[in-house]
Amino acid sequence: MAEAPIKIDAAACKGCGKCVKGCGFGALSMIDSPGANKIGKIAVVDASACKACSACVTACPFKAISEVKQKVYGTANLESYTDIWVFAEQHGGVVADVAFELLAKAQELKAQRGGGAKVCAVLLGSGLPAAAEQALVASGADVVYKVDDPNLADYEANVYVDAVAQLVEKHKPEVILAGATAVGRAFFARVAVKVRTGLTADCTMLKVEETKNKDTGALQMLLHQTRPAFGGNIMATIMTPNHRPQMATVRPKVFKKGVPDPSRTGTVLAEALKLIAPQTKLVKTERDPDAVDIAAYDVLVSGGRGLKGAENFKLLARLAELLGGEVSCSRACVDAGWCPATRQVGQTGKTVAPKLYLCFGISGAIQHLEGIRGADTIVAVNIDPHAPIFGVADLGIVGDALEIIPALIKELEK
Amino acid sequence: MRVVVCIKQVPDTTNVRINPKTNTLMREGVESIVNPFDEYALEEALRLKDAHGARVTVISMGPPQATAVLREALARGADDAFLVSSRAFGGADTLATSYTLSQAIKKACGGKTPDLVLFGKQAIDGDTAQVGPGVSEFLDVPLVTYVKKLEVADGRFTVESLMDDGTAVIEGALPAVMTVVKEASTPRFASLAGWMDAVKAPVTVLDEKAVEANPLWIGLTGSPTKVVTIFPPPTKGGGEKVDARGDASAGARAISDFLAKKGLVKHG
Repeated sequence: MAEAPIKIDAAACKGCGKCVKGCGFGALSMIDSPGANKIGKIAVVDASACKACSACVTACPFKAISEVKQKVYGTANLESYTDIWVFAEQHGGVVADVAFELLAKAQELKAQRGGGAKVCAVLLGSGLPAAAEQALVASGADVVYKVDDPNLADYEANVYVDAVAQLVEKHKPEVILAGATAVGRAFFARVAVKVRTGLTADCTMLKVEETKNKDTGALQMLLHQTRPAFGGNIMATIMTPNHRPQMATVRPKVFKKGVPDPSRTGTVLAEALKLIAPQTKLVKTERDPDAVDIAAYDVLVSGGRGLKGAENFKLLARLAELLGGEVSCSRACVDAGWCPATRQVGQTGKTVAPKLYLCFGISGAIQHLEGIRGADTIVAVNIDPHAPIFGVADLGIVGDALEIIPALIKELEK
Repeated sequence: MRVVVCIKQVPDTTNVRINPKTNTLMREGVESIVNPFDEYALEEALRLKDAHGARVTVISMGPPQATAVLREALARGADDAFLVSSRAFGGADTLATSYTLSQAIKKACGGKTPDLVLFGKQAIDGDTAQVGPGVSEFLDVPLVTYVKKLEVADGRFTVESLMDDGTAVIEGALPAVMTVVKEASTPRFASLAGWMDAVKAPVTVLDEKAVEANPLWIGLTGSPTKVVTIFPPPTKGGGEKVDARGDASAGARAISDFLAKKGLVKHG
């Protein structure tokens, strides 16, 4: 049992309970102690719940609580955190692909870590179908923590934060992964702050390895979280040595999902939590009729600045049709108003991993290349023989995109 | 109504490179700019000033040079500016930054939580999108992200929030923390008169004592995440290259043959 970050002087405690009210983490409680003072109660601290915020030190009118100088600022009882969790984002009861990709990675991390860690999926919603939990088990969840609550019917960041934070406090996972989607990114950042730990966004590589803690010298199994920074100009490996859980988000399509095994068995635990009410009201959602999930296609035909205008994207659409794919674009085309942002590939657009990425008039800024790192085959056409896109292309054609596109359409129509 | 906009000075990331020998960032000659997404947040705040007479406060955390982005915001129409700056804040990750900014926001607003705190959806240097949500937790107010349309009336808000496959319309009561996307608006330019005033306007500097920060929760000490190594992104060598300048059909044939060889052409 690690030492709590605060110390209560039992002789000075008058049993008033003001510290219990002052604590935002439920770390303090009053226990019976007849004769200790007039009220007959004294305060005790739960070391694992205390976040060292010192609110109780201020709240106590009798100066009975003091801060213990900690050698290292961090989570108490690090060793009590074991499992590897995946947030299973779902829409209408259907689990998002990114959750399956993360489960496959979580199974690798579990093998690297050893020590009896389990892979657990966190499934939140209302009226969740059994198919959702079965799919999670088949794809690698040893345990599914399911919270089925009317307050979770719509995605509402603030209730979702409350639910995940409560589960973390209760079950103490060592690692939590979530998809860096519009949903995952927003509420996960708040979960990390609520449980007072670190979060690394948009990781592209994850592994667990025995690592020496620079502060304590102890050998620990730590999550090595690698991500692009500065617009993809550098890669940084980040660790969270003294806080738990170690949290990371990963963009869809960065990791590959495994083949589901319907015969796999796992435990589904229904969790009844007392949740806060939603803080905002979802009035309606409007699907963008032009919204297309470019990440879902095996073939992407992509256009850049070299297409010179919105009208030339019609040619790309024909080419995409011939190849059984969809049209995507670079950031320049979105900024120019030629294409909607939903079709943008790259660091500020979507990460894609198609079998074929065929691009025209895209020079290949590092932010764009970051978004197509998972593509199996890249074919690039660009007028500039020194364009960086040729450094990653399996086949590079130096030439005018606007001449080659119609010629290729003709060739494929043969 | 009091609106706080948090803005960040960032290096223009299109020009940042890594020194391959030392594995450190080469910042020399890299221009500093206002994080582009923060300009949309500021524009939303200024629209609330135009429509409802909101008082707009801008806050930036960073070195003394970051005063430049605050002056730019003042020139566009912000009412007051605070620079959160101290060596003690150095090395802060998103948790420590969220804590420090939330303390500074309360300090700048006389100990109260403002009606609205706006952020850009993310900063282009770190791309984490974590500080806005983090501040909402420290201020203990509702969070709404990816806002592309914002309306406020009688202490309540209605927003359109950009989701992966469309738009969500969300209502709620102020106070709130929101992050704003570029689809929201076109930021206004500063007027010459605005610049004249901004040059003379005071920028209040807040250090760790001024924001009454817990020393354990700021800077490197207060940061759970540690950057262990940085390295250049992996590169893949380019493959075959065909020069088809002046002969588009040769280029098209090369692609068609390559796709056929790889089995990537849809038949029938």
